[in-house]
Amino acid sequence: MKVVLRNLTKKFPSRDKKNKKDVVAVDNFDFEIPDGKLIGLLGPSGCGKSTTLNLISGLEKPTDGQIFFGEDDVTRLAPEHRGIGLVFQNYALYPHLTVKQNILFPLENLKGKEKLSKGEMLEKAMEAAKLVQIDELMERKPGELSGGQQQRVAIARALVKRPRVLLLDEPLSNLDARLRLQTREEIKRIQKETGITTIFVTHDQEEAMSISDIIVVMKDGAVQQIGRPQEVYDNPANLFVAKFLGTPPINVFEGQVRDGRLYLGPDAVLPVRGAVQGAVYAGIRPEGFLLRKDGAFCCNLNGVEVMGRDISVVFAHKASLSPTIRAIVGAENLAEISADAGQVRFDLKPDKVILFDKKTGERIRVDMKA
Amino acid sequence: MDQAKKTITYFFLVLWALIVLFPFYWMVLTSVKSYGAYNSEYIPKFFTLSPTMQNYVDAFTSVPLGRYFLNTIVFTALTTAIMIVVITLAAFAFARLDFRGRNGAFVLFLSLMMIPNELVIITNFVTITNLDMRNTFQGLILPSVTSVFYIYLLKENFEQVPDSLYKAAKVDGTSDMKYLLKVLVPMSKPTLITVTILKIIECWNSYVWPRLITDDEAYYLVSNGIQEIRENGFGRENIPAMMAAVVAISLPLIVLFLLFHKKIMAGVSRGGTKG
Amino acid sequence: MSNEKMKESRPDDAAKARKVPGDNGRGALHGRKALHGRRAFQGVSWKSGFGSLKGWLYLLPAILFLGVFMVYPLIDVFVYSFEEGYNSASQTYLGTGTYNYSYVLHDPYFLQALKNTFLLVIITVPLSTGIALLISVGLNSIGPLRNLLQTIYFLPYVTNTLAVGLVFMILFKKTPYSDGLVNLLIQWFGGESVDFIDGPYWAKMFVLCFYTIWVVMPFKILILTSALSSVNQDYYRAARVDGTSKFRIFRRITLPMISPMIFYLVITGFIGAFKAYSDAVALFGTDLNGAGMNTIVGYVYDMLYGDSGGYPSYASAAAIILFAIVLTITCINLLISKKNVHY
Repeated sequence: MKVVLRNLTKKFPSRDKKNKKDVVAVDNFDFEIPDGKLIGLLGPSGCGKSTTLNLISGLEKPTDGQIFFGEDDVTRLAPEHRGIGLVFQNYALYPHLTVKQNILFPLENLKGKEKLSKGEMLEKAMEAAKLVQIDELMERKPGELSGGQQQRVAIARALVKRPRVLLLDEPLSNLDARLRLQTREEIKRIQKETGITTIFVTHDQEEAMSISDIIVVMKDGAVQQIGRPQEVYDNPANLFVAKFLGTPPINVFEGQVRDGRLYLGPDAVLPVRGAVQGAVYAGIRPEGFLLRKDGAFCCNLNGVEVMGRDISVVFAHKASLSPTIRAIVGAENLAEISADAGQVRFDLKPDKVILFDKKTGERIRVDMKA
Repeated sequence: MDQAKKTITYFFLVLWALIVLFPFYWMVLTSVKSYGAYNSEYIPKFFTLSPTMQNYVDAFTSVPLGRYFLNTIVFTALTTAIMIVVITLAAFAFARLDFRGRNGAFVLFLSLMMIPNELVIITNFVTITNLDMRNTFQGLILPSVTSVFYIYLLKENFEQVPDSLYKAAKVDGTSDMKYLLKVLVPMSKPTLITVTILKIIECWNSYVWPRLITDDEAYYLVSNGIQEIRENGFGRENIPAMMAAVVAISLPLIVLFLLFHKKIMAGVSRGGTKG
Repeated sequence: MSNEKMKESRPDDAAKARKVPGDNGRGALHGRKALHGRRAFQGVSWKSGFGSLKGWLYLLPAILFLGVFMVYPLIDVFVYSFEEGYNSASQTYLGTGTYNYSYVLHDPYFLQALKNTFLLVIITVPLSTGIALLISVGLNSIGPLRNLLQTIYFLPYVTNTLAVGLVFMILFKKTPYSDGLVNLLIQWFGGESVDFIDGPYWAKMFVLCFYTIWVVMPFKILILTSALSSVNQDYYRAARVDGTSKFRIFRRITLPMISPMIFYLVITGFIGAFKAYSDAVALFGTDLNGAGMNTIVGYVYDMLYGDSGGYPSYASAAAIILFAIVLTITCINLLISKKNVHY
């Protein structure tokens, strides 16, 4: 089922007594989600991603715009008539009901033609439970399960009605690091197996990138960029997206473009071809640094953190916006850095250096091949 | 030194326990002394070797104590049951439903908590009299089937249930009433039980309103009954029979207390007051 | 509450809630429990007209009952109190004015009731609170028997005031057959026996106070023991490391920490004691005016109903005077507590 959002807008009345202007939680969201894909809605808290999810689920009513599931306009439909499954960050399992009763709960609400017999309900519940591999736990209460198991129950409950669209609201935030890794693979598997169009909301960019087919980066209610994870990472549309994606984060410098060259402080680091002149922001991914004894980019070394496969070189440069800069280089380079030297020199990989307009933060597309 | 301190502490604590328990002991003791034995003891004995149940027989036969009991049970059961329904609905409206004027209504409700019963009882007396409901169960019950405090307590409890449960239920097409009955009420069972017990205690002990509104013995509750017994029953001097009635009246609540003392004490410390 | 503000300001939450003003009132009214605000979910009001109606529908029973038996009477009682010469049979009155108040204030029975009530309040509130504090501190310092004693102490709370009052009556009463247990004790210690129920005023006042304290203790002990046990043990550990003496710990740490609860008890104690009535009935019977032991509330009821009843206007005036007194005292209490409660 493809999901189409057309000019979706949601405004809330301001709670600030002095400033009566409405808060725009979602601003003119326009997007067509292809059938059967896993979509990650990503952004910092307050960016409107949860509101978007609530709009799709029908729990909130849009101020403007439309939502289509396939060809159906569901904008005015109540949540229960949309055919969605919703999974919450805190699982929202009914604590006084057993796992089985929790999964059965949505089915018991069906009325009229859709009404199922006891046997059919049980069969469906069992099927959903098997899919998420909790069929052994049916008689337990949620309080007796681990966080990961509770999350599976919540997913089973969301899937039991065979929803057209599955919505996950920060599904992994309440899990510890190891379970998170495991559960996100699980979600990916379930999504692949059922083929249900799935939209999930997260503030964790790593999580979004690792399992989404497509990620949508949002900020202040507005969509910043939509694309495949790698695409968005490599070609961020603006400084915000560049900074939001990637760990360790991108390093941002005050740069100058003069005479076809990009200067970071006094160092002319790369040639620039294109109609750009003057002050820019230059973002350099941590993996964009190449250790070179005669490199063009000269920095003050702070230290080296060993991470096993890689090492992380920590250094400072006066053109940098943050006091420390982090570069990730292969561990084999460890010998080349002498800690007493106090200085370290790099060359930069042109495709890992991204220029942004200093005023708007928009990406400046230039060719920087050496 | 520490040992002495401890001994003194224990001494006073046990002393107060005795002061608390002694009236209970004395009423049970007196209730099993025979009428003759009691009146012949110028210096009351602290025990009796020939306990008798005759006083209990007297208490239930020569005055309509059974009737008082039945009335009180009916009154308590109906009042408590109606109140639970009324406060559950109201608490749900305040905790979960969105409607215009909700906040204003809630503030108004809260401000009613400060109104002392003594101030409104006068008009209520006149109202019930005018409605011709004196000496009826309706007259006894209706004024005490709402409690702003319990609405407040329950609303707070309902609000502890995360929003996402309500959203989940909505996504599944659960009606508000079903959500209330199938999710909120079972999840708030401990609070509901506490409220029920506290209300039962209150009903069982209520005296002032029943006294105003009933002058027909057929509608007396135990509190009024015991007062009636004291002033007109048995003849003033049949103390053992009177004590038998007192024991009979006190016993249900004491049993309730022994069964639920943890719940009752926790409930009261959350904000009950006597009277 | 500051926590709450922080949450409120997160724009993400804008999606979830508009502010519920009840949150603030809640904290003020029952500061005892840390509350984290949960806001009502507001999304699903598709048919907002109907949604609005639905809320009121759920509230309807409560509003009906409260309206008829609380709000209307509240207004009505003021009306009554200013209607002069009200006749309850014909439900007519002669005019309006303050005569009812002046009548009540000049009625010797009311003045007696006023005196009794004030004496009762002044004696029982400090005494019961003080004793409850001592008992709670004692209770808190012991290990074995603690739960048992706590349960025993609470027993009077669940007993019928009228019924147990009778036991107190026979313990203190002097009859032709026996002087009663208490008098025998007094004589045994070499004192003069006295009839506490039908005897001199001070003796009757003594029994009333004694019984009142007996009745109100459970609540106070319960509140104070739970307040004491909720004081963080780390304060005591820190103080002990500093070598602070036990008495000083109590004065400088325990007392300030539980002072809000003590003031809560004092305030509710005042309110409760001013409304004393059934304890007096239990001890002295329904003819409290005759016994000279009436209370203000008793005076209100007697004016309303019974042998001397049928005067709702006088009853209303007396009830409003009582309410004014309680309100004044409570305000004074709150002012004092604001100055003295340390946190």
